[in-house]
Amino acid sequence: MSELPLADRTVTEVADALRRGETSSRALTEACLARIERDAERLNTFLSIDADAALAAADAADAALATDGAEGPAARPLLGVPYALKDIFVTRALDAEGDALPGGLPTTAGSFILEGYRSPYASAAQEALERAGAVLLGKTNCDEFAMGSSNENSAYGPVRNPWNEETVPGGSSGGSSAAVAAGEAYFALGTDTGGSIRQPASLTGTVGIKPTYGRVSRFGMIAFASSLDQAGPFTRSVRDAAVVLGAIAGHDPRDATSVDTPVPDYVAALTGDVRGLRLGVPREYFVEGMEPGVESAVRAAVDALRELGAETVDVSLPSTDRGLATYYIIAPAEASANLARYDGVRFGLSAGADELWENYTRTRGAGFGPEVKRRIMLGTYALSAGYYDAYYVKAQQVRTLIKAEFDEVLATVDAILAPTSPNVAFRIGDKVDDPLAMYLNDACTLPVNIAGLPGISVPCGLSDGLPVGLQVIGRAFDEEMVLRVADAYERAAGFSDLRPPTAGA
Amino acid sequence: MLPERYHRRMASISRDDVEHVANLARLHLTDDEIDRMQTQLSNILEAIETLRDVDTSHVGPTASVIQLENVMRDDVATPPMAREAALANAPVRDDPFLRVPTVLEEGR
Repeated sequence: MSELPLADRTVTEVADALRRGETSSRALTEACLARIERDAERLNTFLSIDADAALAAADAADAALATDGAEGPAARPLLGVPYALKDIFVTRALDAEGDALPGGLPTTAGSFILEGYRSPYASAAQEALERAGAVLLGKTNCDEFAMGSSNENSAYGPVRNPWNEETVPGGSSGGSSAAVAAGEAYFALGTDTGGSIRQPASLTGTVGIKPTYGRVSRFGMIAFASSLDQAGPFTRSVRDAAVVLGAIAGHDPRDATSVDTPVPDYVAALTGDVRGLRLGVPREYFVEGMEPGVESAVRAAVDALRELGAETVDVSLPSTDRGLATYYIIAPAEASANLARYDGVRFGLSAGADELWENYTRTRGAGFGPEVKRRIMLGTYALSAGYYDAYYVKAQQVRTLIKAEFDEVLATVDAILAPTSPNVAFRIGDKVDDPLAMYLNDACTLPVNIAGLPGISVPCGLSDGLPVGLQVIGRAFDEEMVLRVADAYERAAGFSDLRPPTAGA
Repeated sequence: MLPERYHRRMASISRDDVEHVANLARLHLTDDEIDRMQTQLSNILEAIETLRDVDTSHVGPTASVIQLENVMRDDVATPPMAREAALANAPVRDDPFLRVPTVLEEGR
C-alpha cells in the first residue's frame, strides 16, 4: 500500500488490503468516521450519518470477507469499502409498516422543504451499492435540489474546500467532492445535471465521472432536470471510478430512460495505452476569462497525452457559447415541473394555511431557497403561454445543434480533451450575488449534459495552490474510452497522490 | 408567429410579469424578493436572448438525447406501498387519509 494514512488511500488499495486480511472494514469505517468527526464543523460535508449502522454494516462485510475467501471479494470489489451518498439519493428510512427503520437516514436534497423527510424506499444507487457490499457512512451536503456550483445554496450551510477553507468545494455535489478529498469516504456518489460531479471534482482534486445519460438508473434520485440528470462517483483515482461505475451502471425498469445495454468491464478498459488514439481539443473551450493557471495546466495535460503517443488535433464545437443559454432554459423548465410536487400535502414542509391555494404558495415560499426560486421562476416563465416557442422550443432546437456538433467531432476523434472548469476554487461569498457569474462556472461542462455524453474530470495539477481538472469527453456509452484516456494520463502525470494539506492522519 | 411582446426587449421584465409568473408557479414572494427577482431574471434573460441569433429554421427540437420508444411494462399487479409508509411523511394526517384545507366549499 501507499504511505498515505489509511483514510486517504484509494478504493483499489483498501479493497486489496481487505482481501489480503491486512485491514478490516471496521478499521476503514472507523478511520472515515474519525475524519468526519474531526472535520464536521470545519468542512460541513455531511448532513446525516449513522455511525452505529455503518459499523454494523462493516462488521457484516468483515464476516462476508472471512467466509467468502478470495473468490467472493473478487466478485464484489467494493465489499467492506465505506462510502457516502449525496443527499439527493433517497435512502430507505421506513419499514413496510411506516415505522422508522434503525439506521435509516433522512433525505433532504439540501432543502428546508424536505427537512426530516424519511423515504419509504431506497434509490437504485443505494440498492446497487448494498448488493456490492459497500458500507454507507452517511449523506453529503449539496446545493438545494442540486442547483448550484458552489454548495452555497444548501439550506444547511456551505461546504468548505479541504484545500482552502475560505474557498468553495464546487457544486452541486460539494459535500461528496470534499468528503472524498478530505479522507472522509473512499468514494461518494454525486449527480451531474450541468457539471455537478465534474466541476466539484475539478475544484477538490478528485476524479469525477458523469456517465452517458441512461447509463445509471435515476430511480430514487430526487429530480432536478430529468433529461439531463445522471449519477456518478467521486473517487481518488480513475481506476476507482471504473470500479464504482461498474457497480452502479445498468438497466433498471423503474427508470424508463435507463438504457438496456450491457455493462462492460470498465477496469479492463484501463490499458494505460493511448498510442494511436486521436484526441480532439476544441478551441472554444479555452474560453475568454479562463484563468491562465488553469489554461496552462490543461494544455500541459494535452501535451502529456501527446507524449504518450496520442495524436491531438484541433477541433471546433462552434455552438459551445450557446450552451449556457440553452441549459438555463431547459434545466429550469424541467425543474419548474419537477418541483411542483412540493405542495405541502403528502410530505415535507407545510405552512399550515387555512386555504389550499394559500397553503401551496406559502409552503413553497417558505421552503425553497433563493436559487431554487429563481430557477422555478425562470422555468415557469420559459414555459408560459406566449413564450414557450420563443424560449423552450428554441432551446431544444439549439440542443439538436450542440449534439450534432459533438457527434460530428466524435466521428473523427476518439475523445475530446477540455478544461473542466475555467477557474480554480473561488472564495465563499464571491459569486452569491451574481447568478450569471456563478452559472459561467459550468460553461465547459453543461454542453456535455445537453448532448448526453460521458465526461470525466481528472486532476491535472495545481494553480495558485488549488487543483485543476482535465475533462475527457467521449461518445455515448463509451465510458471505456473516457476512463482509458483519463487513466493513462493519471498514471503518467503522477497527481494521483495529491491530497489537500489539511488531510493527514 | 411570435407574440407581440417578443418583439420588444423581452429581457426587461416588469414587476407585473414577476408577480404573474410567481402566481403560475404557486410561489409566494416577498416584496424584496419580487424586486430582486425582477433585476436578476432580467439579467439572466438578457444572456439567454443570445439564442435568438441562432438560425434554427431547419432544426427539429431535442427533448431527449436517447432514442427510446414508449417504454411499457407488463400489465402485472405488484404489491403497492403500504398505506402507513405512504402516510408517514404527511404534514397533516386524518387516518387513513391525508388532510388538506377545503377545496370546494359548500354553496360555491
